[in-house]
Amino acid sequence: MIKNSAVEMAKALSSNEISSVELTQAHLDQISKVDTDVHAFLHVDSEGALAQARDVDARRKAGEKLAPLAGVPLALKDVLVQKGIPTTCGSKMLEGWRPPYDSTVVSRLKDNGIIILGKTNMDEFAMGSSTENSAYGPTHNPWDLARIPGGSGGGSSAALAAFEAPLAIGTDTGGSIRQPAAVTGTVGVKPTYGGVSRYGLVAFSSSLDQAGPCARTVLDAAYLHEAIGGYDRMDSTSINAPIPPVVEAAKNGNVKGMTIGVIKELQGDGYQPGVLKLFNQSLELLASLGAEIVEVSCKYFDYALAAYYLIAPSECSSNLARFDAMRYGIRVGEGSAEEVMSATRQQGFGREVKRRIILGTYALSSGYYDAYYGSAQKVRTLISRDFEAAFAKADVLVSPTAPTTAFKIGEKANDPIAMYLNDIATIPTNLAGIGGMSIPSGLAEEDGLPAGFQIMAPAMKDDRMYQVGSALEAALLSKWGKPILDNAPSLGAR
Amino acid sequence: MALTYDDVIAKYEPVLGLEVHVELGTESKMFCGCNTVFGAEPNTQTCPICLGLPGSLPVVNAKAIEYTIAIGLALNCSIAPYSRFARKNYFYPDMPKNFQTSQYDEPICINGYLDVTVDTEGGPREFRIEIERVHMEEDTGKSLHMGGSTGRIHGADYSLLDYNRAGIPLVEIVTKVVTGTGKYAPEVARAYVSELRDILRGLGVSDVKMEQGSLRCDANVSLRLIGADKLGTRSETKNVNSLRSVERAVRGEMIRHAELLNKGERVIQETRHFHEDTGLTTPGRSKEQAEDYRYFPEPDLVPVAPSAELIEKIRATLPEKPSVRRKKLQEAWQVPDKEMAAMINADVLDLVEATVKLGADPTRARGWWLGEIARIANERGIGAAEMPITPADVAEVVSLITSGELTDKLARQVIEGVINGEGRPAEIIEKRGIKVVSDDSALMAAIEKAIAAQPDVAEKVRNGHVPAAGALIGAVMKETKGQADAAKVRELLLKHLGQA
Amino acid sequence: MSNISRDDVANLAKLARIDLSEDELNHLSKELSVILDAVARVQEVASADVPPTSHPLPLQNVFRVDEVRPSLTPSEALSGAPAQEEQRFKVPQILGEEQ
Repeated sequence: MIKNSAVEMAKALSSNEISSVELTQAHLDQISKVDTDVHAFLHVDSEGALAQARDVDARRKAGEKLAPLAGVPLALKDVLVQKGIPTTCGSKMLEGWRPPYDSTVVSRLKDNGIIILGKTNMDEFAMGSSTENSAYGPTHNPWDLARIPGGSGGGSSAALAAFEAPLAIGTDTGGSIRQPAAVTGTVGVKPTYGGVSRYGLVAFSSSLDQAGPCARTVLDAAYLHEAIGGYDRMDSTSINAPIPPVVEAAKNGNVKGMTIGVIKELQGDGYQPGVLKLFNQSLELLASLGAEIVEVSCKYFDYALAAYYLIAPSECSSNLARFDAMRYGIRVGEGSAEEVMSATRQQGFGREVKRRIILGTYALSSGYYDAYYGSAQKVRTLISRDFEAAFAKADVLVSPTAPTTAFKIGEKANDPIAMYLNDIATIPTNLAGIGGMSIPSGLAEEDGLPAGFQIMAPAMKDDRMYQVGSALEAALLSKWGKPILDNAPSLGAR
Repeated sequence: MALTYDDVIAKYEPVLGLEVHVELGTESKMFCGCNTVFGAEPNTQTCPICLGLPGSLPVVNAKAIEYTIAIGLALNCSIAPYSRFARKNYFYPDMPKNFQTSQYDEPICINGYLDVTVDTEGGPREFRIEIERVHMEEDTGKSLHMGGSTGRIHGADYSLLDYNRAGIPLVEIVTKVVTGTGKYAPEVARAYVSELRDILRGLGVSDVKMEQGSLRCDANVSLRLIGADKLGTRSETKNVNSLRSVERAVRGEMIRHAELLNKGERVIQETRHFHEDTGLTTPGRSKEQAEDYRYFPEPDLVPVAPSAELIEKIRATLPEKPSVRRKKLQEAWQVPDKEMAAMINADVLDLVEATVKLGADPTRARGWWLGEIARIANERGIGAAEMPITPADVAEVVSLITSGELTDKLARQVIEGVINGEGRPAEIIEKRGIKVVSDDSALMAAIEKAIAAQPDVAEKVRNGHVPAAGALIGAVMKETKGQADAAKVRELLLKHLGQA
Repeated sequence: MSNISRDDVANLAKLARIDLSEDELNHLSKELSVILDAVARVQEVASADVPPTSHPLPLQNVFRVDEVRPSLTPSEALSGAPAQEEQRFKVPQILGEEQ
């Protein structure tokens, strides 16, 4: 049962083949079995999850009309606050902190009757591409435990790939949902900015952050997207419009007559040959399904990485200032408030976080603002214009999600720039605020590890991603004969 | 040798900059729905947003925007068609996010002015204070400094933070550099804050109580030699909690700067703290190395673009300007300029108006408020508005004088009684048995008694020496315990003695 | 070549209230110089006629009605406090002045 999709599980629940308690317990058992190896979870809330499951079962029994995913379990990235449950954001700074409120995403999950199993591991404060920056140890890729699961949301994607949960929530600032999805053979979606509420999402880079659905299939992700998305009055940057019809689009995957734009700048040098091969094969498949493939050029994308690594650290240097040992979080050190603040931030933050805070502080300083932050904001405009021009020629834009498959844990840990390059294909979407999705494109020749196919749609047209993604997914499944995750090694065999 | 103020202005001219912070009287906070009521138990009016908890997000209070636009319009500002919030980044425990959500290079109102009138040697003079900007921001929490001897931050062992006031909407009004005030700088500064306060009160956007901190003034002062072009180094004085303190602080800083400059010393650019008791300032944190606030546009909020319709709607609801209102009153009451200025200075104009509205004669109403009541208020070191006597009380007393039931002298006793908390005028008159003796026969009895006691004086009066009657009148007043109408006594007495 | 010296990093660390070790100051000086070199290229295309984007969405005038909503209870508000006294957050001696 745990290998099924969320939609299949929901069906089994509604036809009373299985109860939510049984389903939840099965997943808790799987977590016990494999998580010592995978380390996807930072906190497992067995009691709470089973209580939620009992509640859903009771309501179902009483004949109440329930949401489509009611009773299905989910793993929640530890960057979203959940009332009374430890929320660490992968940092020592928040060790032991139990928020006194729920994020809107969590409220909506609860309203939908979705069972929150626990909080998943992540790069500290969402900064990283490998989950190696977690203060609580890395997560291991279920495909090869010696490898990274991607980041910053490696825990969520690994949980899906290890069948610890059929659904997960991630957050994506520069690719943190999509890149882990790519390297774990799962599906991850970053909605249009403003499509999912950020209230209760611990901020890393406010103008880029976005929470999104993660799953093993496109349709599962669509249902989850509809469950959490939509306007929230608690978030001033929330879009006041109906959620795009993503479930309908996912159910009617069809690319006939669509134009698919291949972004010239997001391939070539720096991309692993096996990854590119899979990408091109997917393009051929799409063409065979009736899509027209065109090439587009987005020349300012070459500057995207640079702009991102100015904007995100700048915003984070401000967002993380609140962690000062005065009101919550750890407190270390002696002496004055100022001394305690500085000592706590020194000990509470990891290397990457400190690096970005210092970089961001510099980029915002008087005298340097125009050259750095100010200029980066202009590049953002140029990138948006590039997308606009490209979308005039194509319905969706595509690229490989990440330049490589999963690398070994420790391999890039000491080379920040090499690490940053993992996001080279995903970053432009965050800068422009449009939506991006990654679905598995297959296993790369060189290493047999998963790679991802990225689909991008214009702002608020998230349904197009699901439409194309669903069509490609079906075609690939047909080609492979079985889901990609069937190829993953089985875990927990001791 | 200490300089006198005259010494200072003989050599230097002052340049001012005034920053006024106003707490808006909205129901809820600037970015969240917490209550804004003053005086609640600590940390009972906080939420994830105003506590800056991880994950929280601000949402702008619509009323705060409207109030700010109203303030801008009342100050003759242009309302920016497009304005933005910005983060002002610095660390301090009373600021939950360690940045203040404020406005930086795109404030909501710009380029206004306020005209104030100051009493000078040559008569009332008008000064135009130009206003640079009016912008919105949020207030901080409040700290209690514990363990030290003074309750001030220096010497404290630790501090206790209450975030009830964190997030209260604030409007900051910043003047452009104010030159040309010469020796009247202190009065101009005071008049500016006073006028601003009247306007804000009239708009109903704040209760503007300086003592409670809902109106705060920071005074920037610098000196330059008379005729010089270049501006001198300025100091910023905070903790100026009353109109009187504004004036004293400016004067005090002018003298302090001059003393330094005369000695050839440098004025340090710094923040200083004003002390009510001494009228002097002491240094706070040095501003030599100004903190770099690293302003950038607030990403969690979207721009504010007030429509022309909204602005006109607000403009239409603006009340009459205080200066216009004052002119109308002055005409209606036929009051000379100097008296108007006196009433404004003593902050009794509203009280007088209220008293007149209740039917009192303007001149008498003015007389009481400016006279007796202002005098006692001054003695007590409080404002006339805080005296335990109301316009209704004064109006009642005035009407009793007009009807002849009280003489001026008796009325003074009644007023004193009200101020001393003995009750309302009617109660006091009853309790103390204050009554004008106007019954002629009773008066005559007292008159005859007085004449009998001082026959020689009476004889003088009969012989045409009218001023001598004073002694007899005095005796009658004493006999009637001051309750006779002195004018009436004189009339009857003189008539009786053949001099009427 | 961008040059962020160890002293520059120390000043930034002070602004950011992080007590970096001497080792970290030196490392960061090198790392940040390299990163800044890489990101400085934004200046190449950031010409005067290009407006900056601070918001990906063209949203404006998002407000809430001025009405009171429930607050947290004091115990919820203080639930994370490292130290508290008399229903207030207790913090060590503050050296700096309020702004």
